[in-house]
Amino acid sequence: MSKTSSKQMKKLSIDILLGGVLVFGFTALVLLIAGAPVFATLKNIWLGAFASTTKISQVLSVWVPLTLCACGLLFTFRANLWNIGIEGQVIMGAIGAMAALRIPGIENPVLITALAFFASIIGGSLWGLFAGLLKTKGGVHEIFGGLGLNFVAQGFILWLIFGPWKRPGIASMSGTELLPRELWLSTPPGWRVSIGGLVIGVSVLILTWLLLEKSMLGLKLTAIGQNPRAARLYDISPVAHYLQSIIIAGGCAGIAGFLQVTAVYHRLIPSISSGYGYLALLLVMLAGYRISLVPFLALFFAALNVGAIQLPIVLQLDSALSGVIQGCCVLSTLFIIGIRQKRKQS
Amino acid sequence: MDVTFQHISKSFGPVKALTDVSLTAKAGTIHGLIGENGAGKSTLMKILTGYQSKTGGTILMDGNEVILDNPKQAARHGIGMLYQEPMDFTPLTVLENFSIGIPGHNRRDLRFALQNLSVRFGFHLDPDRCVEQLTVGERQQIELLRLIHCQTRILILDEPTTGISPAQKEVLFPALKQLAADGMIILLVSHKLEEVATLCDEVTVLRHGQVTHHTTAPFHFPELLTAMFGSVPERQDKAAVREKGSPVLVMQKVEAAGERQGLHHCTISVAEGEVIGLAGLDGAGQSTFLRLAAGLTIPEQGTIQLFGEKLPKKPAASSCAQALRTSFIPADRLEEALFTDVSLSDHFSLKKKQSSFWRSQQKAKKLADTGISTLSIKGQSENTAGDLSGGNQQRLLLALLDPQSRLVLLENPTRGLDIRSGHWVWQYLRNKLPKETSIVFSSPELDEIIHYSDRILVFHDGDIVMDSAVTDTSHDAIAAAMAGMKEYV
Repeated sequence: MSKTSSKQMKKLSIDILLGGVLVFGFTALVLLIAGAPVFATLKNIWLGAFASTTKISQVLSVWVPLTLCACGLLFTFRANLWNIGIEGQVIMGAIGAMAALRIPGIENPVLITALAFFASIIGGSLWGLFAGLLKTKGGVHEIFGGLGLNFVAQGFILWLIFGPWKRPGIASMSGTELLPRELWLSTPPGWRVSIGGLVIGVSVLILTWLLLEKSMLGLKLTAIGQNPRAARLYDISPVAHYLQSIIIAGGCAGIAGFLQVTAVYHRLIPSISSGYGYLALLLVMLAGYRISLVPFLALFFAALNVGAIQLPIVLQLDSALSGVIQGCCVLSTLFIIGIRQKRKQS
Repeated sequence: MDVTFQHISKSFGPVKALTDVSLTAKAGTIHGLIGENGAGKSTLMKILTGYQSKTGGTILMDGNEVILDNPKQAARHGIGMLYQEPMDFTPLTVLENFSIGIPGHNRRDLRFALQNLSVRFGFHLDPDRCVEQLTVGERQQIELLRLIHCQTRILILDEPTTGISPAQKEVLFPALKQLAADGMIILLVSHKLEEVATLCDEVTVLRHGQVTHHTTAPFHFPELLTAMFGSVPERQDKAAVREKGSPVLVMQKVEAAGERQGLHHCTISVAEGEVIGLAGLDGAGQSTFLRLAAGLTIPEQGTIQLFGEKLPKKPAASSCAQALRTSFIPADRLEEALFTDVSLSDHFSLKKKQSSFWRSQQKAKKLADTGISTLSIKGQSENTAGDLSGGNQQRLLLALLDPQSRLVLLENPTRGLDIRSGHWVWQYLRNKLPKETSIVFSSPELDEIIHYSDRILVFHDGDIVMDSAVTDTSHDAIAAAMAGMKEYV
């Protein structure tokens, strides 16, 4: 056993090294084409992400929702479901939270925040459940169902912001009215991330690990993901587990939406999900569906996202460069995995 | 013109599909090629049509060696094949399908040719109808006319009467005879002896990739059957007949889709303690029968009762069947019964009836270790199912079998196992399971069925054509029923 695992480790490290080289080469090429100095750009991204406590905390504020979405996706990927609807599930979580926060007559901020937390889970889960039901009852592939529901969620949030929940007097792309201060999740002075958010992120990460690795649910999802036909001989219902996994994923995404509202933007904005759902899909693929790599890769992606913000100011480059680098990472990984599989087959 | 196969052999890795096959098909004759599934008929025909390469031997046409590396080369030599499932383009019209592969002709000429050929063979084809709306028989007719128009000199027919109506058969057979009379070589691949007898001038029998018999018309059926299925002396060491009890599985007028022909008008009762063997050529309905009993296939009509309880007609049926202690082991272990990358001990966790919330790795390991030692599985509890050999995968499935099963359904339980492992499996099934447990199994090996069952059901094209106690029938009678012969003397 140890022999094979050390062999696997060697293979993995070669893969990572190869991937690193590919990513760097690819990125450097793109930067050169864009006419940007390669090392200066990378250095600025690094400084932009880690140069001060404020910046580090800002990276963490991206890390939390990204990790939450990735955790949710680990469940659906286990069951071999492509939950591309995760983006819409974040949005619906945010809407659920906002709906609860707007309930009139509740004075206690702790109570109403707790309500918002649960409402966000319900919002995200429900959106996941819809995609799941479309698949299991309607035969709609979860990619198409999820994608469709993303559009519906996006339309819904726009309607709320410009319609019933608009600011008194004006409706604007900048979102709904700011929440009263007491409903903001508390953030230490000079920090950009709330302690509550960090606690939730780490807790969900641990809970996900427990459920996937230590509970029967994780094992059953693995079984269904590998062979749904055989699962029936073990009296494990694929339909029930598809729905369970996508509900859990929706719940995790919903919490991300809750934090975006209560800890980051303190209001509802059209782009409340910040694309973290899609980014998390890439992240989980990059991690090879392994939870152990998720927090680190989430940190890497978060750092890229935050670090690239200052590129336009310092180097007159577009901050979209971070997206290009992230894309390169994923493509290189998929490329390496693809080559491995092809070699295995032949 | 003749086509001659000389010492053809074909191996797929270590598996020999054909060994030293030699035969000659003469112009102006219909040459039948018969044998069980897996006898090598299709492989031989695929070599002739250039879809597969041969490992050894030569193919001669008119005494000259021909190279047939791809279907295009074969077509250039005038070799054409009519497939069991029509290989056509359903959104196109009859004329468009007819024109495919014929370069440089204008539409009017083609239409004329199609109509001429139709008249000649008595086919009624409307050139402008969409193929989608046609029956399999009519689609076959288009394909046949197209091959004739392409100057096919060697025509291969693969089970041409599957899926066509008796009336269409009445039109097809004279057409084939006429083609042969015109000097074409026709090779007919079939497992239906009666059809072969009415059509063919010569017959070659393949068994386990070798030619076992060659004869010319008129044919002597017992001889052909022995050549197809082998002859075995009745065994003396037959397993003891078990006591019969109350009915365990009752099917009434069940109709179901699945396999080639589905299952028709199936009314059958299985008693407690019976061991029933399901005989039949591959896809004749045995697998559908087993899946219906396991609740995995839902019947279109009729009812299925297990231990007096009706199975619901929804996906939950398999769950009900399992709750009633019915176990099913499919033939395709990795495809349908095991999880390739899941460890053996996790398989035991998944199989456990009362499952807790958390995984208990120690308990599962204990269960797995017990299973591994009782069934002498060559593997460790942390190995994955995909690590095991086929025989050990079957042992794993037996280890996972609920020991309190009252009805055990097995699809080809000794598939891919050597004789000793196969024997071992049966020892286990007959001796380790309680005497009241009923066993229903299918097998392509007639010997296995005769040897281990108390009662035999023979399937042919979706019908149960024979239901008999093993003591009241013979090897030859079963073989004849499998080949679809209604009367056998």
